[in-house]
Amino acid sequence: MRTDRGARARWLAVDLLVALYVLIPVLWIVSLSFKHPSTFGDGSFIPRRWTLENYAGIFDNPDFTRGLINSIGIGLIATLIAIVFGTMAAYAIARLDFPGKNTLVAVSLLVAMFPQISLVSPLFQIERALGLFDTWPGLIIPYITFALPLTIFTLSSFLREIPWELEQAAKMDGATPFQAFWQVIAPLAMPGMVTTAILTFIFCWNDFLFAISLTSSNRARTAPATISFFTGSTQFEDPAGSIAAAAVIVTIPIIIFVLFFQRRIVSGLTSGAVKG
Amino acid sequence: MAEIVLDKVTKRYGDTVAVAEFSLHIADGEFIILVGPSGSGKSTVLNMIAGLEDITEGELRIDGERVNERAPRDRDIAMIFQSYALYPHMTVAQNIGFPLKLAGLDKAAIAEKVEHAARLLGLTPYLDRKPAQLSGGQRQRVAMGRAIVRSPKAFLMDEPLSNLDAKLRVQMRTTISRLQKDLGTTTVYVTHDQVEAMTLGDRIVIMRDGVIQQVGTPQELYDRPRNLFVAGFIGSPPMNFLPGELTVDGVRTPLGTIPLGSQMPRGTVEPRRVILGIRPEAFEDAELMRDREPGVFYTGTVDIVESLGAEKIAFFDLGAVEAVRSEHLEALSRDRGTQDMAAESAQLTVRLDAKSKAAEGRPLKVWFSPESVYLFDPDSGATLTEHVVAG
Amino acid sequence: MSTRAPARHARRRISEEKTAQRRLALWLCAPAALIMLLVTGWPILYAVLLSLQRYDLRFPDERAWVGLSNYAAVLTDPFWWNAFWVTVVITVISVAIELVLGMLLALAMYRTLIGRGVIRTLVLIPYGIVTVVAAYGWRYAWTPGTGWLAGALPPGSAPLTEKIPGVAIIILAEVWKTTPFMALLLMAGLALVPDDLLKAASMDGATAWQRFWQVTLPLMRPAILVALLFRTLDAFRIFDNIYVLTGGAADTGSVSLLAYRNLIGGLNLGIGSTMSVLIFLTVAAISVLFIRAFGISAPGTQGERR
Ligand SMILES: Nc1ncnc2c1ncn2[C@@H]1O[C@H](COP(=O)(O)OP(=O)(O)OP(=O)(O)O)[C@@H](O)[C@H]1O
Ligand SMILES: [Mg+2]
Repeated sequence: MRTDRGARARWLAVDLLVALYVLIPVLWIVSLSFKHPSTFGDGSFIPRRWTLENYAGIFDNPDFTRGLINSIGIGLIATLIAIVFGTMAAYAIARLDFPGKNTLVAVSLLVAMFPQISLVSPLFQIERALGLFDTWPGLIIPYITFALPLTIFTLSSFLREIPWELEQAAKMDGATPFQAFWQVIAPLAMPGMVTTAILTFIFCWNDFLFAISLTSSNRARTAPATISFFTGSTQFEDPAGSIAAAAVIVTIPIIIFVLFFQRRIVSGLTSGAVKG
Repeated sequence: MAEIVLDKVTKRYGDTVAVAEFSLHIADGEFIILVGPSGSGKSTVLNMIAGLEDITEGELRIDGERVNERAPRDRDIAMIFQSYALYPHMTVAQNIGFPLKLAGLDKAAIAEKVEHAARLLGLTPYLDRKPAQLSGGQRQRVAMGRAIVRSPKAFLMDEPLSNLDAKLRVQMRTTISRLQKDLGTTTVYVTHDQVEAMTLGDRIVIMRDGVIQQVGTPQELYDRPRNLFVAGFIGSPPMNFLPGELTVDGVRTPLGTIPLGSQMPRGTVEPRRVILGIRPEAFEDAELMRDREPGVFYTGTVDIVESLGAEKIAFFDLGAVEAVRSEHLEALSRDRGTQDMAAESAQLTVRLDAKSKAAEGRPLKVWFSPESVYLFDPDSGATLTEHVVAG
Repeated sequence: MSTRAPARHARRRISEEKTAQRRLALWLCAPAALIMLLVTGWPILYAVLLSLQRYDLRFPDERAWVGLSNYAAVLTDPFWWNAFWVTVVITVISVAIELVLGMLLALAMYRTLIGRGVIRTLVLIPYGIVTVVAAYGWRYAWTPGTGWLAGALPPGSAPLTEKIPGVAIIILAEVWKTTPFMALLLMAGLALVPDDLLKAASMDGATAWQRFWQVTLPLMRPAILVALLFRTLDAFRIFDNIYVLTGGAADTGSVSLLAYRNLIGGLNLGIGSTMSVLIFLTVAAISVLFIRAFGISAPGTQGERR
């Protein structure tokens, strides 16, 4: 009994350490966002004078709200397309026997390891030539590309977990390969698809390099890029407060997703298909 | 309802031959059992009939039509899988109704047929449950329901009962038997279980390494095994095998010299090596025999006695006699996971009446008729004796 | 459950079912394959072409083919080599720290007796947070006069404007953000170690330390190597953190930042593309090295090699 309590106490300490590791930098930004501009220079971890001014400020800033809209729109569209195409390819990889499968896996792997900077100059040129520069599709396309390996790998491992016999059974029940996929495999793969979608969205939401390289105005510039262009309303005003407030706003969807995502992983997948 | 013909059907995976020149004529409404050791190609045959595996060579005909190239959905065959393969996201009713939904039936018709199938299988109270909320036996019945609901031309079952416990297995065995008789649907059934094979099937197909060893009714296989492999496969406890020498005046064996029975081939002057086979149930306790029938008596020291209530099984250790070695028998012992067939010294298993006084460590005198002895060629494994079918 | 490896061999006669399957597979893969090839394959070739030209958008008239002279220019440029070594240092140190810290974190998440769900959720926060956002947090924390951490430093020091402290803070930010990702990958590896094996080892008299080094680690090897490979390549393309934290001041820039400055800031497509191609080649070399040295198999082909 005593050792048990000792172990629990030790684990509690470990958990606390982890919590501090994770939360202190986050809390610092939150604190900064609530600091009154006159107290920025105090270097205190906790605001001495609280204010909502910074938040009011950024929502008055059309660049930021536009950036948020761009981020959400571009992120959602890119995620949707990446999931649809990724699921299709993952299904083929996990389930079907066809020539060229290994090549596809190798290409995805290559893309996953690709240094994005290497694409900046050619994409910059190509997109300007095609009129895609500084537009939503101009960002959506590279996002889909770099999200695809992630979706393909994650989903194909999810799909592999689904017993092969379920699909054979569907075929015996009279399903075409497409029906077998759509009516049997897709519903079972749903949790995996949701999880993958969240990961993909986080990836798009996080991007900075393409967002600052392939845009030149607030037409398509996403929130992280917008934040980096904050200057403060006058030359002498420190934009720290606005940046911190914007940072908090940008982080909120991620926190929500993370809570959701954790639950997704826990939920079992094919409990009914297992042997009696 | 359909007649299924496999004509020299072969399946190769790269260089390995999983099924070789498999020919079988399955009559309309027949219940066919496929048995054989693990890896002998039973599932492959079933999957080829289903259309889940390509046929490398040969032809598969259903009702006279070649169907080699037809997709599973166009063959109108239902399959029951070992793992049941129930769709975990659908309720029992949806699972059973799935083939009908795919066939484009309207909702009312589906509901009615599902209702009917569920009643037949005693699943009515569970129609709204998901497979995860069912017991093993109930899941098995849902799988059956999904198969029978659309009245297919044939049922294919791949070890459907092997995930159930012994008691449920017996129960489901009778359910399957009754259903098949009522519906009269052609059925191909794969099993490992001897009792299932002997009790369910009209005919049994014994396979080994992708090759058919023998096809026949259960009684035929028991009485007239065509070779050593079939003889060792059918029957429990398995047939005893002993080394022997066939001569003009009998068979010299570790149990003494056995006079030539009517089923035996002519002896030759030059003694011929044979393998002798006697079923454990061919023996009787000499003490319990009322009148002295002609036959062979053997006295030995009992090694182990297993009392099963209705009968006793006694094992003799034949000591110095070397056990019979044959590749045909090794395949069997590997499958059973038993070592006794490959044991150093020969063993004799006898099945006696419960009244027998056989006791461990004591001598016992047993009797058998020379007519019940089988002889096999040690090299080819072919049966040398010609038995008449009993009954 | 029968899991069958797909047989790969020529079949004499291919049934309707098989043909349908192949056709379906091609249709399913086509969009993903096309996008990936079009958006990476063609541009990287285009980058090679650009790297062979003198091409400065500020002086478009001077555009000309110059062979490999851009490469000569970059490879003899001290700025490039400085950026290269800064990138290498950041990559090596941060991945090393992440491996150790990530392993500890993974063990904590995997073994903790209390609040397992909470801890696993918390750990996802740094992973999910936007890099730029976190970087601003660190930047303000270390800015003299504003930051709570800067207060701990001797007065007058401005770490983000000096080379070594600057790189150290970049590493700190990088490690904080990506350790959880590493830990999650490693935790998946920990799950591969059967509990019975550890029990057996402790019955055999192995201490916890020995169990970790002699049972857990060897079995986790594939997971560790994959995590290392991915993180190394990811760290090598570091950009966001440096852009926000130091902006490359005091020679703290990475190769990605240098290429970006030449491309977007300097509009020198020739030199920028040359750097892009060199970075691509370096990353390719690292992958080949990893795969050769450790025989890592691709995630899509799990189990085929081991
Ligand atoms: N996809 C495949 N690729 C290569 N070989 C295969 C494949 N499927 C089956 N085989 C081989 O074909 C042979 C027959 O296999 P099959 O599954 O039909 O055996 P089985 O009689 O059903 O065995 P069990 O009783 O264990 O189910 C085996 O030797 C097996 O290794
Ligand atoms: Mg089988």
